[in-house]
Amino acid sequence: MNALKIKKGATSHSAYNLRSNFSDTQEQHTLAVVVDNEAGVLARVIGLFSGRGYNIESLTVAEIDHEGKRSRITVVTTGTPQIIEQIKSQLDRIVPVHEVHDLTVEGPSVERELALFKVAGAGEKRVEALRIAEIFRASVVDSTLESFVFELTGTPEKIDAFADLMRPLGLVEVARTGVAALSRGAGA
Amino acid sequence: MTRQMTGAQMVVQALKDQGVDTVFGYPGGAVLPIYDEIFQQNDIRHFLVRHEQGAVHAAEGYARSTGKPGVVLVTSGPGATNAVTGITDALMDSIPLVVLTGQVPTFMIGNDAFQEADTVGITRPCTKHNWLVKETDRLSGVIHEAFHVATSGRPGPVLIDIPKDVQFASGAYTPPAKADLGHYQPRVKGDQAAIEALVALMETAKRPIFYTGGGVINSGPSASQLLRELVDATNFPVTSTLMGLGAYPASGKRWLGMLGMHGLYEANMAMHGCDLMINVGARFDDRITGRVDAFSPGSQKAHIDIDPSSINKVIHVDIPIIGDVGHVLEDLLRIWKARGRKTHKEGLKQWWADIDDWRRIRCLDFTPSKKTIKPQDALVRLEALTKDHPNRFITTEVGQHQMWAAQYLGFEDPNRWMTSGGLGTMGYGFPASIGVQVAHPDALVINVAGEASWLMNMQEMGTAAQYRLPVKQFILNNERLGMVRQWQELLHGERYSHSWSEALPDFVKLADAFGAKGILCTDPADLDDAIMEMLNHDGPVLFDCLVEKHENCFPMIPSGEPHNKMLLGENADTSSAIGNTGAVLV
Ligand SMILES: Cc1cc2nc3c(=O)[nH]c(=O)nc-3n(C[C@H](O)[C@H](O)[C@H](O)COP(=O)(O)OP(=O)(O)OC[C@H]3O[C@@H](n4cnc5c(N)ncnc54)[C@H](O)[C@@H]3O)c2cc1C
Ligand SMILES: Cc1ncc(C[n+]2csc(CCOP(=O)(O)OP(=O)(O)O)c2C)c(N)n1
Repeated sequence: MNALKIKKGATSHSAYNLRSNFSDTQEQHTLAVVVDNEAGVLARVIGLFSGRGYNIESLTVAEIDHEGKRSRITVVTTGTPQIIEQIKSQLDRIVPVHEVHDLTVEGPSVERELALFKVAGAGEKRVEALRIAEIFRASVVDSTLESFVFELTGTPEKIDAFADLMRPLGLVEVARTGVAALSRGAGA
Repeated sequence: MTRQMTGAQMVVQALKDQGVDTVFGYPGGAVLPIYDEIFQQNDIRHFLVRHEQGAVHAAEGYARSTGKPGVVLVTSGPGATNAVTGITDALMDSIPLVVLTGQVPTFMIGNDAFQEADTVGITRPCTKHNWLVKETDRLSGVIHEAFHVATSGRPGPVLIDIPKDVQFASGAYTPPAKADLGHYQPRVKGDQAAIEALVALMETAKRPIFYTGGGVINSGPSASQLLRELVDATNFPVTSTLMGLGAYPASGKRWLGMLGMHGLYEANMAMHGCDLMINVGARFDDRITGRVDAFSPGSQKAHIDIDPSSINKVIHVDIPIIGDVGHVLEDLLRIWKARGRKTHKEGLKQWWADIDDWRRIRCLDFTPSKKTIKPQDALVRLEALTKDHPNRFITTEVGQHQMWAAQYLGFEDPNRWMTSGGLGTMGYGFPASIGVQVAHPDALVINVAGEASWLMNMQEMGTAAQYRLPVKQFILNNERLGMVRQWQELLHGERYSHSWSEALPDFVKLADAFGAKGILCTDPADLDDAIMEMLNHDGPVLFDCLVEKHENCFPMIPSGEPHNKMLLGENADTSSAIGNTGAVLV
């Protein structure tokens, strides 16, 4: 019995001591998940991430084939290589999931996100905001005497950069769609 | 030509067309139309349980002992939520179930209607898939698809939520042959190149081992047959998880016994020291691996599993083979034979010598007492008196008694052993034994129980009595939550916080109250006679076996230790072990 050498009164012992033997480098991956567009399918996907403790950096979903009732969910997630593999196989075994693509490893891909920025201010700052917007090719979709709403499409990094520049110039609100992504080239 | 019928009629018709003859359930407002149809036919037998959790465990016992899916019918709201524990249990242990729940009418969903619960929401994470059917026209198709999903690939529970208005309304019935089974078609054939790579390793391995699991049972009796052939032809040792017991016969020469936290010394040492581990339908559960970074450090690992998400989840493997155990073993055997049935004979000889040394430790030895019944002794006697029974099934509850049952009872065939492994659900065993007995009316069905677990679903005495199911409840009564008490003793400074079974009932009187037979046994000298009395009684028996209260279950791999750091009982002969242990560690 005493083979355990645990002192009487000790408290911090449990049978779980499960250090993993996998690499712990974190990677960011963009996954495209084609699903049946049916009630609850998004809850299944999101529930998988929350239930198993995976990260969601960004998530977009919309129907892509009205006839075939298919939707495409684009998820940006981070994790160790082993977690990323788990996420893919876990997604793949959800019954209404048809395809899981890891755009990060399946060759080159393009990623775009759309964002709206409300910037309020007057004088120099207002002029500067408009100037930067031009450089980024953001378009003005609403303007009042003391505010603009800019629309910008680009990679998430470009949108981040724009937000950083707008912040000192009176950024009030941002709305982002999350990432939409496709592989390059002719293949699906 | 389509047949029109009501949704409730469709349920019964679809079940019949799926070959279902047994349903476990409990009625309520939201399923009354279906119960009405059940009343008006004779092909499907409905067993009325006493709690919905009992219905699900009974269906699990039915499923595991027959290889067929179990079917459950319960009402909305509390009926559905009561079923959740059982459904989760089935998910963890890969048991195919089709659970039908009633729901409030479609036009009331979302209104907090009487007995409304978001059943698909609640059960989404604990089912393999679930459906809320809002149109009667879709109902029969969904039921057929549900059976397909529950039974193909890695089996599991599915749930269909059927609003009451859908049960009343009429629609077109879709027969199984016409049903759209969706795109869900898991792959069963393993990759040939991977199988060949495994064969190549098998030809040269000096210390190979088969580590088999519940997937062999899931794959069906022919998979067990193939496993036996492969093990015996290669002369490789074989161990199994709790869930895979019976796939390889316990009397087999190459059988090492169960592995894992409470597994046998020889099995764990062999896993630790092997150079080739062949995982056949097991999932590297934490009760098996112990400390992951020290798990079988010197071995190459192959993993046969039908679920890609089981591969590399816990342990990195060198050769993943995704496919059905039966299909893969068939190919493996064929290719291994075609390449000349090669193994490393010299290496194997030494390997078996090592294993025999470990076996000599006799890790399951214990000292029977003349005064009090040792729980191990009770099981040894039970085994001696029942092992030749032509048709024996064992279920268990959860705790020490479960582990002792796994250690001291021998299983010669698959589907004879039902236990709650993944979820570890106390209260599983009694209703499961009912499900097994329903499926095998003439069999000897014994539930090895702890008193605390058994009390969790004791209301099912009513079910056993009503249907005259002669299930034997073999209760190893230590008046303790034994497994919890053991952990408190070993890991929490002997502070026995709430691990007593206080205010226990008089089990003999309890049996009597249900019109069943009660037997109390307190003296080791009476054990055999008492067990025979239990076996000879044609009806349900509650066997209250008062056992040693502070017995611990050994071997045990404690707190995050690797396999070669096992705690052994005081009777194990460790004198010869030390040298070999070191030898294997390298
Ligand atoms: C108190 C307690 C103590 C325990 N101690 C131990 C212990 O000491 N030792 C022990 O072994 N267990 C123990 N368990 C049980 C443990 O928790 C796990 O349930 C068990 O180890 C899992 O068994 P398994 O790996 O065979 O997997 P299962 O849960 O049976 O899973 C089966 C695996 O096979 C795959 N599969 C399914 N069907 C197929 C098919 N047709 N073809 C191919 N693959 C398929 C599945 O995808 C899955 O990966 C204990 C449980 C309790 C409650
Ligand atoms: C529903 C549920 N609650 C709690 C536990 C935790 N637990 C595991 S074993 C155990 C004690 C079981 O006692 P008993 O049935 O008497 O069996 P014994 O260990 O004494 O053989 C407990 C409380 C569990 N497994 N299941």
